[in-house]
Amino acid sequence: MKVALFTTCLVDGLFPDVGKATIAVLERLGCAVEFPLAQTCCGQMHVNTGYPREAVPLVRNYVETFAGYDAVVVPSGSCAGAIRHQHADLAEQAGDARLAEAARERATRTFELSEFLVDVLGVTDVGAYFPHRVTYHPTCHSLRLLRVGDRPLQLLQAVRGLELVALPDAESCCGFGGTFAVKNADVSTAMLADKMRNVLTTQAGVCAAGDASCLMHIGGGLTRLHAGTRTMHLAEILASTAASTE
Amino acid sequence: MNPLSSGRPFPDAARDALDNAQLRHNLGAATATIRTKRAAVVGEVPDWQQLRAAGAAIKDDVLANLDSYLLQLEEQVTGRGGSVHWARDAAEANAIVTSLVQRTESTEVVKVKSMATQEIGLNEALEASGITAIETDLAELIVQLGNDKPSHILVPAIHRNRAEIREIFLREMPAVDPSLTDEPRALAEAARRHLRAKFLAAQVAISGANFAVAETGTLAVVESEGNGRMCLTLPRTLITVMGIEKLVPTWRDLEVFLQLLPRSSTGERMNPYTSMWTGATEGQEFHLVLLDNGRTATLGDPRGRSALRCIRCSACLNVCPVYERTGGHAYGSTYPGPIGAVLSPQLTGVAANKTLPFASSLCGACYDVCPVAIDIPTMLVHLRGRVVDTKGRTPERAAMRAAAWTMRSPARWTRALRALRVVRLLRGRRALPPPASAWTRSRELPVPPKQTFRDWWTSR
Repeated sequence: MKVALFTTCLVDGLFPDVGKATIAVLERLGCAVEFPLAQTCCGQMHVNTGYPREAVPLVRNYVETFAGYDAVVVPSGSCAGAIRHQHADLAEQAGDARLAEAARERATRTFELSEFLVDVLGVTDVGAYFPHRVTYHPTCHSLRLLRVGDRPLQLLQAVRGLELVALPDAESCCGFGGTFAVKNADVSTAMLADKMRNVLTTQAGVCAAGDASCLMHIGGGLTRLHAGTRTMHLAEILASTAASTE
Repeated sequence: MNPLSSGRPFPDAARDALDNAQLRHNLGAATATIRTKRAAVVGEVPDWQQLRAAGAAIKDDVLANLDSYLLQLEEQVTGRGGSVHWARDAAEANAIVTSLVQRTESTEVVKVKSMATQEIGLNEALEASGITAIETDLAELIVQLGNDKPSHILVPAIHRNRAEIREIFLREMPAVDPSLTDEPRALAEAARRHLRAKFLAAQVAISGANFAVAETGTLAVVESEGNGRMCLTLPRTLITVMGIEKLVPTWRDLEVFLQLLPRSSTGERMNPYTSMWTGATEGQEFHLVLLDNGRTATLGDPRGRSALRCIRCSACLNVCPVYERTGGHAYGSTYPGPIGAVLSPQLTGVAANKTLPFASSLCGACYDVCPVAIDIPTMLVHLRGRVVDTKGRTPERAAMRAAAWTMRSPARWTRALRALRVVRLLRGRRALPPPASAWTRSRELPVPPKQTFRDWWTSR
C-alpha cells in the first residue's frame, strides 16, 4: 500500500512534532510513508472565511500532489473533513467538473489518522506506552463531519500505562473555529473558558485531541493560565514508547 | 428599526451578553435542560432519521412548487369562507392587518405567539395606529410587560429567571396580588387571571401559523398553554399572518411534522394543544395574510434556500455553543441562533446583516439536531462568501489572496513556512497589533519551531 502523509499547513509550520509522531506511528506499524513536498494547505481557512475562489488552486494542488497514492493520512479531523466535504463542491462551483471528479476520488482515499489506523490498518493497539492521566477532547469536525466516533478512544485505551479520564461536556466546541477565534474573540474565549474548566476538573495532566488547531486554542488558553495541564496531539501519545517516555 | 437587523455588529452585541453573569447562568441552565429532554425523546424514535429525511423532502417539494401550492391554498381558504391577502413585505402586511382591525373598530387585539408578526414588527405598527396588541403566550407576556425583546424562538423569556419574572409582574400587571411569590404555579396563575379577562373581552385575535395544508386550506397552530386555542376560537375576527413557506401539500404530511416538531422543540412526545381550522366558522371572520418579506429572494439562492425548510423548532439554538453563551438579543434579529444566522441575512439581504454568517464556530451541532436537515454550517460558509462579495477591497481580502498565492506554490510555501521562525521573537509578548491581539487577549501564541516539518523530512 502506497501511503502519503498530508501533514496540514499548521503542523508543517508550527507543530512539526505532530507530523514526526504520525510518521513514527505509521512506520512502527510497517507503513512506508511518503511526504510529497508539493503539498501545501487544504484551503479550509479560505473557504470558511468567505473566499472559496481563492481555495480552488489549493484543491487542485491537493488533487495533483496526492494522485497515485492508495491512502493519504491526515493528522487532523478538520482538514480531512474539508477534503471530504468541501473540495469537490469547490471544484464544481468553479465549473471544473474534471477537478471535482478527481477531488471526489482523492476524498475516498483520504483518512484522518484514527480512521486510518482503526479502519484501514485494523489496529487499535499501536504499541504505545504513555504513563499519564489523559483526557480526550473530540474535535467538532472529527466528530460531526467525519463521524470518527470512538476510534480515538479505542486507540487511547490500548495505550499501556495511560489512564483515560472522561471529559465532561466533551462534545461541546472549544471555541476555535478558525478565523472565528479572532472575528468573535470574546465568544470564542467564553467557549474556551468552559472547555478549560472541564479539562481542569478531570485533573488530567494531558488534554489530547486529533486536531493541532483546536489544541493550539485550548493549549494557548491553558498556558496563559499557567494551568499545569499540557495539550498533546493523539499522534504524539500514540508515538510514545517506553524508550521515548522519560 | 428592522426587526431582522439591529444594525449592531454581532461581536459587539455579544460582548454585552457575555459580561452578564446572570444571563449566562439562566441560559446555560435552560438550554442544558431542553437539550437533555430533546435528546431523550428523539433517541426513542427508531425511524428519526427517516422522519427527518421525509420532513426535508416534503419541504423541498413545497419550495420547488410554491407558486402552485400557494394558489391552491388561496382557493381552498377562499372557498371555505376565509379571505386571503398577499403581502410583499413587512409594511404591506402591517398595513393590511391594521386596516382589517380598524374595520372592526376594536382598539385591543389578543395575539397568539407568532414569529411572523415579530418579524414584521406588527405590535409596534398597530400601536402607531392606536391599537393595543396583547401577547397571550406566557413567555411573550413576560417579554411584553418587561418592555423587553424575545431572545429565543420558542422560549422568548429564556433569559429571565423566575425572580425576575415576579418583579416584572409586580411592576407591570394591573391588579396583581402584591404577595405574589416566585413559585412557577403562582406566576402562571397570576398570568392566567390577567389573560382570562383579555380573552373574554377580545373581538379580534391575531395569530401566526405553524403549518398550512394546501390541499384543504387548513391552518395549524401548535402551542402548549391553551392560550392559542382561546385566541383562535373566541374572538369574532381572526387574522393569521403566515410566511409563504409554511405550507405542506397534503393533510397526511402533517403526520411527519407533528412528530418532528414537539420532540425537537419542547422535548415532548406529543404537542399539548394542536389547533386546526379550515376557512371561517359561521358568524366569524377569517383573514389569512401571506407574507413574503424576503422569502422569494431566499428561494432564489440554490445554496441558501433550504433555510426555508425551517419549522421554527429552536433545536439548533439549544445546542449552539455560541447561542448558549450570548443569548438571542446579540443576534439583533427576530430569528437568533444558527437558523437566525442563515435566515436573517437572506431575508434582509446579506448587506444588512454582514456579521451574522460569521457568528458560528462551524461546530456542526445545529445540523445534527435539525429536524428538517438544514445543513446550516455549509450554508453559513456560503453566506460568508456572499458577505465578502459585497465588500470590495479590504485588508482581509488582500491577506487571503496573498496566503492563497503563497500556498499555490510549494516553493513559495516552503520559504513562507521557514519565515515563520521570525515569530519566535514575539515569544511571551502580548501587546500585538490586530488581528493578532484578538488572539493574544486570552491565548498564548504558539512558538514556531526552529525547523519546519518539511525541512526535518528533507534532512532525515
